[in-house]
Amino acid sequence: MNTHPSRRRVVVTGLGWVTPLGHELEAVWRALLAGQSGIGPITRFDATTFPTRFCGHVKDFDWRPLVRDAALHDGILPNTAFALGAAAQAWKHAGLDRDGVAGGHRLGIYLGSGEGILDFESYVAANVGAWDESARRVNSTAWHEVAAARMKAAGEIEQEANMPLTHLALEFGAMGPCSNCLTACAASTQAIGEAAALLREGKVDVMISGGAHTMIHPLGVTGFNRLTALSTRNDEPTTASRPFSADRDGFVLGEGAGILVLETLDHAQARGATILAEITGYGSSADAFRITDMHPEGRGPVAAMRMALDDAGRSVDDIDYISVHGTSTHENDSTETQAIKTVFGTRAGSVPSSSVKSMMGHLIAAAGAVEAIVCILAIRDGIVPPTINLNKPDPECDLDYVPNEARKMKVDMCLSNNYGFGGQNNTLIIERFDHA
Amino acid sequence: MSLRDVVISGIGPVCGQGLGASALWQGLLDGRGRFGPIRAFDASAFASPFASEVPEDFKLRDYVPKSYRKAAKVMARDIELAVAGAQLAAQDAGVLTRARIDLEGIADRAPQYESPRMGAQIGAGLIASDLDELTSALAGARDQAGQFDIHLWGERGINDLTPLWLLKYLPNMLACHVTILHDAQGPSNTITCGEVSALHSVGEATRLIGRGAVDLCFCGGMESKINPMSHLRQIFTGRLLEASADIDPATALRPFDRKAAGSIAGEGGAILILEALETFERRRQEQTSLQAYARIKGYAATQTLNPKTRNLTPDSEGTAIAMAIRLALEDARIAPEDVDLVIPFGAGHPAYDSAERNALASAFGSALPELRICPIRPMVGLCGAGTGGLDLCAAVLALHHQAQPAVINCDEPLTDLNVASGPSRPAKIEHVLVLGTALGGQNAAIVLSRP
Repeated sequence: MNTHPSRRRVVVTGLGWVTPLGHELEAVWRALLAGQSGIGPITRFDATTFPTRFCGHVKDFDWRPLVRDAALHDGILPNTAFALGAAAQAWKHAGLDRDGVAGGHRLGIYLGSGEGILDFESYVAANVGAWDESARRVNSTAWHEVAAARMKAAGEIEQEANMPLTHLALEFGAMGPCSNCLTACAASTQAIGEAAALLREGKVDVMISGGAHTMIHPLGVTGFNRLTALSTRNDEPTTASRPFSADRDGFVLGEGAGILVLETLDHAQARGATILAEITGYGSSADAFRITDMHPEGRGPVAAMRMALDDAGRSVDDIDYISVHGTSTHENDSTETQAIKTVFGTRAGSVPSSSVKSMMGHLIAAAGAVEAIVCILAIRDGIVPPTINLNKPDPECDLDYVPNEARKMKVDMCLSNNYGFGGQNNTLIIERFDHA
Repeated sequence: MSLRDVVISGIGPVCGQGLGASALWQGLLDGRGRFGPIRAFDASAFASPFASEVPEDFKLRDYVPKSYRKAAKVMARDIELAVAGAQLAAQDAGVLTRARIDLEGIADRAPQYESPRMGAQIGAGLIASDLDELTSALAGARDQAGQFDIHLWGERGINDLTPLWLLKYLPNMLACHVTILHDAQGPSNTITCGEVSALHSVGEATRLIGRGAVDLCFCGGMESKINPMSHLRQIFTGRLLEASADIDPATALRPFDRKAAGSIAGEGGAILILEALETFERRRQEQTSLQAYARIKGYAATQTLNPKTRNLTPDSEGTAIAMAIRLALEDARIAPEDVDLVIPFGAGHPAYDSAERNALASAFGSALPELRICPIRPMVGLCGAGTGGLDLCAAVLALHHQAQPAVINCDEPLTDLNVASGPSRPAKIEHVLVLGTALGGQNAAIVLSRP
């Protein structure tokens, strides 16, 4: 349904993801429905003395066979590799490898991807080697000598946050509007919302959207450990991510990418594409409260959910399933619960919601795109994934989070939430496609 | 271009020329580049030791209320400059926001917009950690041989970092602090697309206001790459002039000149206030002296495909830049000959300059030799995500003052370009075209018109 007759309808025609639970669409979906955990030890670097020593790594993934010309992407960092892998799947899933699309400038990309991993060893060698203990500062001449010799130009450039976007453009020949936003853990939800807006306005026919990110590197883990945001259940990594459980102690870092192919309905129908779902609503807000904490009543999340529902012309009564941000931090889960209660009122307790972060960890900038894919597959198959490790109910978190077991149910309409450090809140409304 | 018309009502430029609209305009009129040896650190060993830095007398406390001083301690330089730019822009727009009320101590006054009707779309870069701060912690994790030991780091070194360390460096923290200070609770986005970030931000903010999601938006972009890590990365891109110490940086950045040899780093950018024309007009009924600077008439974004350099430079024809120009003019519903002034990207790098020249030639055809082109890179440098913000300010000020900025450092222009050095002069300016190109190939074109 489209309550705004002047704007174009936006449909999803292709999906792809690279996640800690695998990198093939149906296999990952089966793992999620089976309640499997993709969490294990950190292997990218030696984390054996870190407060947190586990994460959700992407495993056994090779992007090279998936691209047209590997030389175009030689030397890419993991975030870009994940993005390319997910996008290649989505492109194929949409049948665009077969059909092609008309006119490069009618194809755009909007990603919410994170920065690339820093060359930690060279960086530390330069920093520590140039440390002037008595002056308590880095001698920049000594720093330059090590850094210029050790760091690789291409590897440094690849860290820029627009590089996944740039490589996707080269791979798929996109010449239309291309952008990357980085609003922390809300980024790829925002990207999908903005990509849908471009399609609605008729600026483009097809958009590749989603996000890719990894913060599983020494300074990433350091930063989140210092914020005491990460779980430190080193002895039980697979049950450490336990959103909404009373004994949750922080989130678990994951990594990967989620990519969707979005099209105007007219374009998708003209080429006979299989339509997987429709994106009908997008809401975005800022907490504008504090840099560290969410507003205690969740005013930002409330505003984003209401804006998305209004945008879709829907009411809370229409929503069958909520993909919650559900990070497994104390603050997020209780504040998000409060916000859902504020928006859904008496219906809050009867709308099932779940967090796949319990199984794959938190993919940071890429989380929202992966969760949007979860919503679309839930609509397709009539089943929603569980929130695993939910064994100790928290009185502050008393909604139906689909604990521990996937649930068969008819899903026609989903609401998906993501929130970022710093107070960005984004919500999407994703519906079963209906010709009417 | 949108359902609702959008105006620029205030600008907050921050750059080597100083802070605020009048400092920038004076620099553009005088045609003076403010470059020198890098002050922030000893860059004498770097291949490009010069930059245009924000003047030393910049004090963050002039721009944040006392109640916010604690949070100011977790601001990277990029964030500080953005906070200053937003405060300046709000003052310049004559719009009362929470931050102005707090800073100016006028608690009896109320903000003019409701919080949810104000948003932020701010361009940001990859923010480098403060080397001294991080290394003082890293140095504590050295073994007896003086080598960094990651085991010692995990065990105890990390505790020497301030708990909020990570939050200084997330790119979305520019918008985060700005939205907190001004109590802007509407949509908030952070665009990270290199040098076009600010142009994309303004383009997207225009669409956001156009579709009614907000009435006012803080937008633009801000960045400082003037630290060893970011500066080295810029040198690695091959776009900066490799300069020996005896070069005069004030004349070495030469956009569209046949002797162009590379760009020079700058720092800063601008925050702009965009408002829906209808809500601006409502405000103007009470503040009769208000004047909008410009209307945002057209915007287009395109992507370069240049597999030869993996998009690190545009293709020689500037194909996608030309496409952006055509689409922006179409969006603005004006013809090429209606454009009175171009503020180009004008990097002063031969590959970028010739691609931009060819794109202009393709889009403007026979109208090109008459069209005045005023690159401002020689006055402010290449400012990362802030670049387009300053370029938009130059366009806004040219419209407002009905004058072309001075052009410097172009003695032998590329064919058919009206870009030879010359003083600023009065001119009838109805429409200005602003262009940008990012490392990675994202392009934007924006048409600004008299309000």
